[in-house]
Amino acid sequence: MALKGNLRDFTITQLLNLVNLAKKTGTLVVESASQAARITFREGKLAYAEISNEDSRLGAILHKANVLTPAQYRTISQRAGNISDKELGLLLINSGHVTQRDVITSLQNHFLDILQRLFNWDEGQFYFNNGEALPPDRIPIRMDLENIIIEGSRRLREWEQLQDELPNLDLALKFTDRPGVNIQKLNMSVEEWKVVSYINPKNSIRQIAKASRMSDLEIRRVVYSLLQAGLVELVRPEGIEQSLPGLEQTLAGKSKEEQKNLVNRLIGRIRSL
Amino acid sequence: MMQTVKMVVTGPFNSGKTEFIQTVSEIDVVSTERKITAEAEKIKESTTVAMDFGRITVDDELVLYLFGTPGQKRFDFMWEILSEGMLGFIVMVDSTRPETFREARTILETFRAYAPTPYVVAANKQDKPDAWDVEDMRIALRLDKNIPLLPAVARDKESVKTVLIELLQIIMREISK
Repeated sequence: MALKGNLRDFTITQLLNLVNLAKKTGTLVVESASQAARITFREGKLAYAEISNEDSRLGAILHKANVLTPAQYRTISQRAGNISDKELGLLLINSGHVTQRDVITSLQNHFLDILQRLFNWDEGQFYFNNGEALPPDRIPIRMDLENIIIEGSRRLREWEQLQDELPNLDLALKFTDRPGVNIQKLNMSVEEWKVVSYINPKNSIRQIAKASRMSDLEIRRVVYSLLQAGLVELVRPEGIEQSLPGLEQTLAGKSKEEQKNLVNRLIGRIRSL
Repeated sequence: MMQTVKMVVTGPFNSGKTEFIQTVSEIDVVSTERKITAEAEKIKESTTVAMDFGRITVDDELVLYLFGTPGQKRFDFMWEILSEGMLGFIVMVDSTRPETFREARTILETFRAYAPTPYVVAANKQDKPDAWDVEDMRIALRLDKNIPLLPAVARDKESVKTVLIELLQIIMREISK
């Protein structure tokens, strides 16, 4: 079934995690406004990556990694014609210009670099073409995704922690009544000052973010630091913390057998619909 | 004496809550639908602003009511009111719209905080070609493997029945503990 969406809602880290856990084989295509990336996986491992507007052939990758000199790269570009990466790799290894390790390491670093750049994309359509392999002339690698995910997860974790701390941007802020704190003497960043200037129980955090042109992540960072410093507090809508009764209370006054009987009657009726 | 019990059907905007209730309700669903004005919510022409309300008569003494929560966030003050006294709840998720998964997760957590009653998650619109695979959705929604995530098609009666029965069976297990 289709695996497609937007990075705005489903991050690269989450996608890699999904590919890893589901051991997927295929190509993930991610398209931003200005660039497109294609990442190929085999059984949940990174096999290949390329990004638009950048030469992803082996010669260019080895040159970028300083494995080939500019003169060697120029010669290959001019004379190698349509030789495949696999053939070029073998020729270079057999001629002693590079080692197999040079080739593998350069490819790994190049693909990782593409993935790490993708972590910075917070928007872009993506779709996963199940089973689609890398171009046949390219050299696949086989790289575990765990470490890549860990790096991405660090960013995601920050985002999630901030979401946990501040789940509702529709809440407002007010200054805490802390005697002796002179806010003007505090060492705050420009972003923090921007937010502070809008603090008022009438302004929701979301409105402050909009007025100060901050993303959800940025406003959460700032508000969180202000909260941690004890300078502000959230103004919660009344009653939001009130918990409702659970199942036991809902079925209170009935014996276990009566409760079971009730549920059985419901099941029987629904089955008969 | 007539006894009434209720279940709540919740989920993000346009996830199929109204259709789910309509499919099994013996009365026309009483829903208060209004034309949508917010730009971001023009996916469908109207949305539920108060609540859906469906009924299944079990016998002379027992009636099950199904309540749907309003899909738009600005009406979330109604959630708590609707949740009071429910036997359990169903979180509907549109399998074709990953942009709503995060909201579905938040709704699930909110409801779980409101009332510790049993629940299931229904991966709706599984008949659509764009639908995400259920197990991919489980990862995306960060649902533990013991949380029931059921493939569903809200306009298909058998599918809706399966979801309701699964929830009732969980309720039964809770009672039997």
